[in-house]
Amino acid sequence: MSATTSAPDGTDTSTADPVVRIIDLHKSFGAVEVLKGVDLEVHRGQVVVILGRSGSGKSTMLRCVNHLERPSRGTVVVDGEVIGYRIKGDKLHELSPSAIAKQRTRTGMVFQAYNLFPHMTVLENLIEAPRRVKGVNRAEAVADAMQALEEVGMAHKADVYPSTLSGGQQQRVAIARALVMKPSVMLFDEPTSALDPELVGEVLNVMKRLATSGMTMMVVTHEIGFARGVADEVVFMSEGRLVEKGPPSQVIDSPVHESTRTFIDSIL
Amino acid sequence: MKAATVTDSTRVDPSATPPSELVPMRHPGRRLSALLVLLVAANLGYSVMTNDNFEWPVVGDYLFNPEIMAGLRTTLILTVVSMTLGITLGIVLAACRMSENRVLSTLSGAYLWFFRGTPLLVQLIFWFNLSALYPRLSLSVPFGGPELAGAATNGVLNLWAVAVIGLTLNESAYMAEIVRGGLLSVPRHQSEAAIALGMNRWLTFRRVVLPQALRVIVPPTGNQVIGMLKHSSLVSIIALADLLYSAQLIYSQNFRTIPLLVVISIWYLVCTTVLSYAQSHIERHYGRGVHAGGQRPGGLAKLRSLGSRLSQRSRPNDNPNPA
Repeated sequence: MSATTSAPDGTDTSTADPVVRIIDLHKSFGAVEVLKGVDLEVHRGQVVVILGRSGSGKSTMLRCVNHLERPSRGTVVVDGEVIGYRIKGDKLHELSPSAIAKQRTRTGMVFQAYNLFPHMTVLENLIEAPRRVKGVNRAEAVADAMQALEEVGMAHKADVYPSTLSGGQQQRVAIARALVMKPSVMLFDEPTSALDPELVGEVLNVMKRLATSGMTMMVVTHEIGFARGVADEVVFMSEGRLVEKGPPSQVIDSPVHESTRTFIDSIL
Repeated sequence: MKAATVTDSTRVDPSATPPSELVPMRHPGRRLSALLVLLVAANLGYSVMTNDNFEWPVVGDYLFNPEIMAGLRTTLILTVVSMTLGITLGIVLAACRMSENRVLSTLSGAYLWFFRGTPLLVQLIFWFNLSALYPRLSLSVPFGGPELAGAATNGVLNLWAVAVIGLTLNESAYMAEIVRGGLLSVPRHQSEAAIALGMNRWLTFRRVVLPQALRVIVPPTGNQVIGMLKHSSLVSIIALADLLYSAQLIYSQNFRTIPLLVVISIWYLVCTTVLSYAQSHIERHYGRGVHAGGQRPGGLAKLRSLGSRLSQRSRPNDNPNPA
């Protein structure tokens, strides 16, 4: 609604088509309207950090991007493709579950609770989707997986079960698991909120490296330091609306909106 | 440490160091009760061995009797076939029960209501007497239209078919609830993670949810198999020559009732023991990644570790690190 847009800031990346376009997104759970019309664009290589109180709708918005939640109204476009629907005339027709499943390979998601598959080893966790969803042969999937594990510093744990790892290690594996699908955008849903304080750093470091390597990222987090240091753009959400948007220096250090200011003050 | 205080108290002087040797709590009652139980067991064993009415030589004579062996084979085949079909149908019923499709979930619920709500013995006799209700089984146009194909009920349903149908339909109702409980035990986050990776519903079910549900499903299913082995003796009522009926045939002629019942009890025990052992192996397989390598202590634990040392099979997760 009243987003203080700092105009599509003519930085290097925005010349290309956006990777993610969120258009007039609404979502209700029963009578509760969680998202009340959100518009957002994320360009290739951009890191967008989404801040807001719990219940402000930031996780729901993220989960609409890969259609884990079905929007009540509005559309999500990833890589120029409408997620969940096919355009026929002037209507959107819902796609079959398997077609939506195929679309989800464009997005990688990292959850608060890691959600590794406990009955598979680390390596098996990583090669499962490439092999069964993309049909990559085993040798290639294993090579990709080992490279991804190398990148998150977990290659030495390839053959253990997740339950033997610390929370930080599990989350790094979860990041690698999403990366091996070679997504266009990575969605992080409070990736460090379940971690012991001393383990937060190792996960944030992996995310920082990922950002530096040019990965497009949408990050829901409370880590202001990460937002300040890594984000290209910070978005503040309140009561299902996107109320403020801009570079971290603006949104975090000199917020315009009242609710942004009280929120930033409360967590700093 | 005899220099330390000899008092019997939890108090310690601020200046003194408490002794460092730890003595675990003793349980003198356990040894005493174990001794008592041993005595009673020994006495029971003595009376069983010396009571001539058991007719142990007769037990020995009939233990490997060909008719008993044939009965044992029938019981085992009946158990394996009915259980396999029962589990398969149970999974389908559980999937229907949990479906968003109201027609399927209601149908499945009605099925469970009927087959869990009536005794297995009654169901068996019912199927046995189906020909009285419907003398011909046929495929025809509904509401009394012309018959397309058909045959006499007694021609289609022989004793084996009646037994398998009766046991399977009853078993599937119980298995459906066991499977449903197992599926519900897997956190929703697990399927969400699989879906987010682009896995479709079937892949998510087969690769992520079901393997984890099996950890919960296997123990009660083991129970059901053992139950099935014994419940299958109910088919003796329809004169199918299972282990019990074979013994009945023999003792109705020679009146050696007790020794023949001992014979089949021995065989039932042998089978259930083997099944329990197999069950613990399967449980361990599906518990992987959960017990984190640590084995649960238990009576069979030593036997199990011996077994795994003897079997040289490599475990499925031993694949070498390719890097």
